[in-house]
Amino acid sequence: MKFLCVECDQQMAFAERQVPGDGTLAATFKCPKCGRVVAMLTNPMETQLVSSLGVEIGGRTVPAEAFETVGKIVGTGGGPAWSSDAQERLARVPSFVRGMVKKIYGDYARERGIIEITPAVMDTARAELGLEGM
Amino acid sequence: MRTYHQLTDPDRSGLPQQIAAQRRRVAEQLAGVRRIVAVMSGKGGVGKSYVTAHLARALARAGRTVGVLDADLNGPTIPGLLQTPPAASPPTLGLDGVKCVSMGQFLDEGAPLAFPGPMSESFVWRGAMEASALRELLGDVAWGSLDFLLLDLPPGMQRYMELCDLLGDPPAVLTVTIPTSESRDAVRRAMRAAVERGSVLLGIVENMVGGELRGTAGDDLANEFKVPVVARIPWHPTPDTWSALGSRL
Repeated sequence: MKFLCVECDQQMAFAERQVPGDGTLAATFKCPKCGRVVAMLTNPMETQLVSSLGVEIGGRTVPAEAFETVGKIVGTGGGPAWSSDAQERLARVPSFVRGMVKKIYGDYARERGIIEITPAVMDTARAELGLEGM
Repeated sequence: MRTYHQLTDPDRSGLPQQIAAQRRRVAEQLAGVRRIVAVMSGKGGVGKSYVTAHLARALARAGRTVGVLDADLNGPTIPGLLQTPPAASPPTLGLDGVKCVSMGQFLDEGAPLAFPGPMSESFVWRGAMEASALRELLGDVAWGSLDFLLLDLPPGMQRYMELCDLLGDPPAVLTVTIPTSESRDAVRRAMRAAVERGSVLLGIVENMVGGELRGTAGDDLANEFKVPVVARIPWHPTPDTWSALGSRL
């Protein structure tokens, strides 16, 4: 994928990649002549399609680990992974509702293509779903 | 306005280069494999995995070094057929010292193959994800030196096409059918696709011969494609049955 600054007739250069954690991806490209910056924003399905190929937009900074894709399947049982911070927070939820809370966050993440549940994702889910105290 | 190929600066993401690096990794891991054989059929339930496992064991008993890649990601059966130990890092050694890699070795007992990702329209990316998993089963495994690597393919042609892309050269193909005309018609399509893709057809294994299943699928396909019927497997085969098949490869 390449970006062209039509006004300058210059190929734009990749500048930055952001992974907000909600299944989407943002990448910015800058025109080397006029300095204009555009952002490419992909939805969760588009992000997943690229990710499924085992490649990274913006290029790989470290070589691929062995069994990256298989590891995602096994590590999550098909559901989103939980960061250690998020697991700690989940552990503070009373045990009799912990399973239900975990399922709510898991469903929220799955529906949005979120691969890993972090405290930030939990905060967003709480605000969107009205889960005060969870 | 200029088009993609008219922009000469490299794509910073280097996606073609990343894909090429994946292919190199597969080629490096398979550099010590003398012969790759895909065991396939256009038909489900004809005994591809059963034939693959017993053929692998027969070759191993004859002194060959053999590996099996279970390319049926959704319904892996090779670990059971080769009785591989659980929770060992791949490749694991199964019966008769056959090296084995299968998605079944990674999944929990009875767990379905499920990928993390957006649930809606998952068909868009699921195929790519399966191809990536297959690539890892091929290219992230230290196969070492092998006389044969047998690829146990699921029904249909999708996995075969993916393997052709991953391997660069299409693998030789051993086709499995049962005697019925229904099987013959399905297997014919698969064999045509393999020929069109450039695979060498090694021959036909006619499985489940001598019981209730009637037909001449093996001979029909052999005549049509000018290849031998390398084995007719009865309902209760003996070790000699498999040894004879192994000697014809």
